[in-house]
Amino acid sequence: MDDATPDVVLPVMRGSAKDRRASGIGERIIELALAGCGAFSIFVTVGIVVVLLYEALDFFRAVPLREFFGDTEWTPLFADNRHFGVWPLVMGTLVTSAIAMAVALPFGLLAAIYLSEFAPARTRRLLKPALELLAGVPTIVYGYFALTVVTPALQGIVPGLAGGNMLSAGIVMGIMIIPLVSSLSEDAIYAVPDSLREGAYALGAGKMPTILRVIVPSAWSGIAASMTLAVSRAIGETMIVAIAAGNQANFTYDPREPAETMTAYIVNISKGDIPTGTVAYKTIFAVGLLLFLMTLIMNLISYRLSRKLRAQSRA
Amino acid sequence: MRRPAALLLMALLVVPLATGCSKRKAQGGTVKLDGSSTVFLISAGVAEQFRKAGGGEASVGASGTGGGFKKFCRGELDITGASRPIKDSEVQECKSAGIEWIELPVAYDGLAVVVSKRNDWVDHLTVGELQKIWAPEAQGKVTSWSQVRDGWPDRPLRLFGPGVDSGTYDYFTQAIVGKEHSSRGDYTQSEDDNTLVQGISTDGNALGFFGYAYYAENRDKLKLVPIDDGKPDNGAGPIAPSPQTIVDGTYQPLSRPIFIYVTVKGAKKPSVEKFVQFYLDHAGQTANKVGYVGLPAQVYDLAKRRFAARKTGSVFTGGSKVGVTLEQLLESEGG
Amino acid sequence: MGRRIDISRRREGILAEKAFAWLCRLAVFLPLVILLWLLGKVVATGIGRIDLDFLTEAPSQLDAATGGIWPALMGSVWLIGLTAAVSLPIGVGAAVYLEEYGKRSRLATLIEIAIANLAGVPSIIYGMLGLGLFVRALALGETVLAGALTLSLLVLPVVIMSSREALRTVKDALREAALGLGATRWQTTRHVVLPMAMPGILTGAILAISRAIGETAPLVVVGAVGFILFAPDGVDSEYTALPMQIFQWTSSPQRAFLVNAAAGIVVLMFTLFLLNSVAILLRNRFQKRMY
Repeated sequence: MDDATPDVVLPVMRGSAKDRRASGIGERIIELALAGCGAFSIFVTVGIVVVLLYEALDFFRAVPLREFFGDTEWTPLFADNRHFGVWPLVMGTLVTSAIAMAVALPFGLLAAIYLSEFAPARTRRLLKPALELLAGVPTIVYGYFALTVVTPALQGIVPGLAGGNMLSAGIVMGIMIIPLVSSLSEDAIYAVPDSLREGAYALGAGKMPTILRVIVPSAWSGIAASMTLAVSRAIGETMIVAIAAGNQANFTYDPREPAETMTAYIVNISKGDIPTGTVAYKTIFAVGLLLFLMTLIMNLISYRLSRKLRAQSRA
Repeated sequence: MRRPAALLLMALLVVPLATGCSKRKAQGGTVKLDGSSTVFLISAGVAEQFRKAGGGEASVGASGTGGGFKKFCRGELDITGASRPIKDSEVQECKSAGIEWIELPVAYDGLAVVVSKRNDWVDHLTVGELQKIWAPEAQGKVTSWSQVRDGWPDRPLRLFGPGVDSGTYDYFTQAIVGKEHSSRGDYTQSEDDNTLVQGISTDGNALGFFGYAYYAENRDKLKLVPIDDGKPDNGAGPIAPSPQTIVDGTYQPLSRPIFIYVTVKGAKKPSVEKFVQFYLDHAGQTANKVGYVGLPAQVYDLAKRRFAARKTGSVFTGGSKVGVTLEQLLESEGG
Repeated sequence: MGRRIDISRRREGILAEKAFAWLCRLAVFLPLVILLWLLGKVVATGIGRIDLDFLTEAPSQLDAATGGIWPALMGSVWLIGLTAAVSLPIGVGAAVYLEEYGKRSRLATLIEIAIANLAGVPSIIYGMLGLGLFVRALALGETVLAGALTLSLLVLPVVIMSSREALRTVKDALREAALGLGATRWQTTRHVVLPMAMPGILTGAILAISRAIGETAPLVVVGAVGFILFAPDGVDSEYTALPMQIFQWTSSPQRAFLVNAAAGIVVLMFTLFLLNSVAILLRNRFQKRMY
């Protein structure tokens, strides 16, 4: 409390009425400046949409949407034999994200259950930040892991696993996303009123049935919100897949094969510098726009679900 | 606790801001290179030595031959590396941007065709077989090793190669498919040859190609495939690339010279001039070190003279010339 | 804490329940163990490579066992400095506006929606915004300034959200007291609220910096070059950064470069560890002072 004692009293008491009136204009300017800082984030949002749309529309003027969504080959940079079907990239994204979700969702939810229902307070205080550590590791480090440790390890178990493959990348992505699911799910579970728990126990239910039949369903919108956010995160992930998933625009379900995600495509093209106005430049914005829309939709769904949770817990 | 943390933060902010704009840039100091990832290995090595010798700073990118030329013809680079001669369209681009340039060969390279060390069935490949694998018509159709040669196992053919911005790609398609820039599209593409090495070395069914140096640096991971060009007069049977066969012309059709192109404007800068002279002096030894083949001293002399005279234009008008020696070309031009 | 009421003693349920409890425990510990194992492997591979030379020399393409990360390290320092210089004033300003001034205005709602959106945008999209806007439209080129501006936009939501949290911890009673004494809104904010919230704001700033240090994708798109032998010497200099250098080394199949990548990762993780420790210390100090 000591060195933080505010020195408001002195300047204010010393000021005369005239001072205070003059500061009225100053106040307005400051308020406008601060509002400007706030509005800046609106500009950034608009900026993203404008930049993406502007370049992507240029692309779509040359390549019809039907081709973009109708073809299953992506060879936009070739002289002959050009194909602009975005599906290989989308498949790469979806398969790696699905694998990531297969890891992150169960682990995340069970971890959340452990932290809020089973763990003693002290363990919880230690483990919660420890799980956050998983999210704090830079994705390039995870990419390095996936390439140099996970893939060789899996090659012994999974036959026919290529050096760049979707499985390793997906698994490592999943590990990275666990805290996202566990943290938000835990908040949702924590918000379930004790009365519900006590009611279930009073009726003679054991811990597990209570959790599975009472707590999780009532926290469901919050849990679902965390899951859709996790999907959004997986879709938008770049470095792990760029390093470990191989770099071939491959329309396949097989996770043992290499593939290129939408994000990896953008990075790979950018590594080699692209002059404005070329086909390559326009393709990354078209892919980027699609990526942005996909994550936006996921984020909106998540937002809706968490609103529902907040409304529920207030009730 | 607040005070020191806040002070540290402020220090972190103030230093960059107080320094203002780059003096190095203002003096035109840094030599900017980009272009072929094949040539990158030599350029990066030369840049390092240049720096150690106190010559100055150079930055080296590897966007690919095509990408490098695009930047070059926009005036954004002093020097671009190319693993194929400049194309007519690029000559036009530079011309309309008012960029004059000097073409300087720096080394020989052989395009190595490689497979994984676990591949035990490939002993050699003919040009015809390579064409069968890489032609545009092969897309989606030639997908198994058994289709390439009878008796080979029915295993998935997983292909790796440089992307379309790569001079290596251009040269390979010219020499094998017969038409530059024309090939199947369903293979793993990367301008970064290291990515290709990684991909091929970890996949038993893989086949790919890139500059010989990338094989030389990764011998323990890759298996080299000798190529038979069907022409007995320059060496009968399948020949594997090696510094020897690349320079004596028996490894065909996949031997080629690699270049740097320097802008005349850039050459006016003392830092760039010094760098290029250093480059030509050290290219041979650096090339050999990284796995390429240095040119005969005579050719470097011709190149140095060419640079000193600021002689513009290419001796390769019309694209890659398969099977002609550099001495012949440079001398025919009068140096 | 009425949570551990274990009224039930039914025998059939108990085995399944024990198994379930263990499964949940596994869900928490297994990822942590895996992370520790992976980090351990990286440290084991990389730590031997780190010496004074590694930290102070430029990278070598010819001989991976020599050379170091000096340009990348300095590049990251420059990026962080500039990013902080841009994102902190704007971010704290926006947080102050939202918490102190515009609480119920329509503008504030719009801003909040924008921030919520921005927080969920993938980092590579910020890279593309940076490419289209800073590198091309504003013609800043592939310089450290363009990179820093791009990163500033990326971390802005983090700064705003954590600064708001910090401002919220200041009790309204203090604000009301100051206003009651005749202070203006700005005087209240500047002399009462901000000083009290400063530790929290600093913590948020450090977290934003931690985020920015590890970002690779946006920098690749905005053009951080791979092979740079010099540190930035001005805001319009070309640059590379720690994660970029690690990325380049990771893309090299030769073992020696992978060792370099591991060493670079150790340096990066150590830096993050330091930063986060400072943040945690700050937070604890701060919390102890709360009344």
